[in-house]
Amino acid sequence: MIPRALLGFYLLAFFTFLFGPLLVMGVSAFNTPSYPQAWPLEGFTLDWFARLFEDDSLMYGLRNSLLIGVLVSALSVLFGLAGALVMTQVYARARGLYYLVVVAPVLTPGVIIGISTVIFWKDVTAWTGLKPLFTGFFLTVLGQSSFIASYCMLIFLSRLQRYDRTQEEAALDLGASRTQVFFDILLPFLRPAAFSAAVIAFLSSFENYNTTTFAILADKTLTTVLAGRVRQGMTPAISALAVLIVAITIVAAGAYEIANARRRQPRVE
Amino acid sequence: MNHTIDFILLGPPAIALVFWLASMIERRRSGSAEAGFFARNGGAISAFLLIAVGFWALALIVWPQLYMVEYSFHPKLPPSARFGPKDYYTLANYRYFLFGSPDDTSHWNDTHLHAFWTTIGVSVIITILNFAVCYPLAYFMAQVARPGTVRRLMLLLIIPYWLNEILRAFAFRVLFGTGGVLNAALIGAGLIHEPIDFIGDDVALYAGLTYAYVLIMMFPLYNALESLDRNQIEAARDLGAPWWRIHLDVVLPHAKPGIASGATLVFMLCAGALAAPLVLGGPKTLWFTPIVYDRFFQAFNWPQGAAYALVLLAACMAFVTLIMRLFKVSLSEIAR
Repeated sequence: MIPRALLGFYLLAFFTFLFGPLLVMGVSAFNTPSYPQAWPLEGFTLDWFARLFEDDSLMYGLRNSLLIGVLVSALSVLFGLAGALVMTQVYARARGLYYLVVVAPVLTPGVIIGISTVIFWKDVTAWTGLKPLFTGFFLTVLGQSSFIASYCMLIFLSRLQRYDRTQEEAALDLGASRTQVFFDILLPFLRPAAFSAAVIAFLSSFENYNTTTFAILADKTLTTVLAGRVRQGMTPAISALAVLIVAITIVAAGAYEIANARRRQPRVE
Repeated sequence: MNHTIDFILLGPPAIALVFWLASMIERRRSGSAEAGFFARNGGAISAFLLIAVGFWALALIVWPQLYMVEYSFHPKLPPSARFGPKDYYTLANYRYFLFGSPDDTSHWNDTHLHAFWTTIGVSVIITILNFAVCYPLAYFMAQVARPGTVRRLMLLLIIPYWLNEILRAFAFRVLFGTGGVLNAALIGAGLIHEPIDFIGDDVALYAGLTYAYVLIMMFPLYNALESLDRNQIEAARDLGAPWWRIHLDVVLPHAKPGIASGATLVFMLCAGALAAPLVLGGPKTLWFTPIVYDRFFQAFNWPQGAAYALVLLAACMAFVTLIMRLFKVSLSEIAR
């Protein structure tokens, strides 16, 4: 149908576009000039990596990002799970409206979610006398959870489509309580979805910038510190950070693949 | 507090309650044996579901959004004066967006309007460009390649997305800078003598935005194409259809929900992008989100910032509606 050569050329061009910029940045992390430069190579150095760990606000931002990521991931999985279960039971005439409400955050630009979170909670915390809760950390967790929970809900919903409700009825007929059915049948069935929802939630939170930059107020996360650094000036230390992140995730993904492959392999005895 | 706020806070739960009562009446009338919500889930689980969904839908989604709309019709006031005697409703923030002044309407606010339309126009172009870039690969993976190849290609596709937007934009800055690799290569090849100002000319920004959202287009497109029965393509080919007719009449119509979903998400992310314009924008760059950002952090005029954010939200909603009409798809097909 389409000539193979053309296809090969297209694939090459596509992946050059995808990896070219990253490769250039990666090389600049090991090059000596203090302006990130991939070519000409003037010498090999690991200084930029060392510089990274001396950067206190970067390390502080990293800690904050990890903590926020864990909290957002926990909250979003709970909200997403509840949202998906309610979706399967909600009054049919209200389903359209309910779907619109809980999916809207996915289609709303992140800056708007950040802005509305700050405006709303600033006044709510003032009215209710909970002023100490008006912190960047708290607002970021709330703002990010609002749309990340929607991602989680969509993941749970697609898993629930394959759920066989006759299992529930069988358990009930055999004398199980509603709570037992929930914990012994429904939750185990949803466990894989919960795992991928948690991972995706953590990653979305960790790399979020648009919502965070508004919601974080005067506090800092890794991405907001990075944005400040990049705007101030260019340094190869930022390239070094990117190299580290890619390296860590490739190792993690590889380990996960290997663990999975082991589990799949039939045991020979 | 005033009445609008009461309405915002009490309205949504009231609507939910009305639907709840309606469902109960309907169930009783039809005499259905289906268990009600509490009977079906048990007390503890019901409480969890109601509290979690209630907090998420109301306190994190509906209330903040409605509150922001209300807020955008107020003047800039210190917090203590809010809802006090000096507070009033006004269109000044929207007037400022259109005319560059809270009350004088004789001149258009060229800078902001221009930035707004540039953002919308460029986002549309980038969405189309992204589709063109992704379609061949998505088709190849969905219909032509072997499962092993698809798996490896997917892994390759995901790697750049482990990096956050700031770092991806930074990579483009390294690539496109006046002393960057691209300029060095072009000068080395003798094609140009002076470095090209890619950043000042916004080339870097547009390339970076296209790059940032490639995957967002790829996955919905791949999912839609993957469900197409290959026999349909074979049949069209056996009947003598040329390859471009096969794509136009068989493959593309089948992929419609995927295209709509990818296009909506790419447009929304592009028009709402903040990191790429901040990092890759030149001194003359016109992008709307940095202007919204400045309303908050340089002008310190929050109501005005809220108004600007709502203008952006309205544009995104208009685009989603347009796509849904154009492709005749429903919201549940777009957001998956």
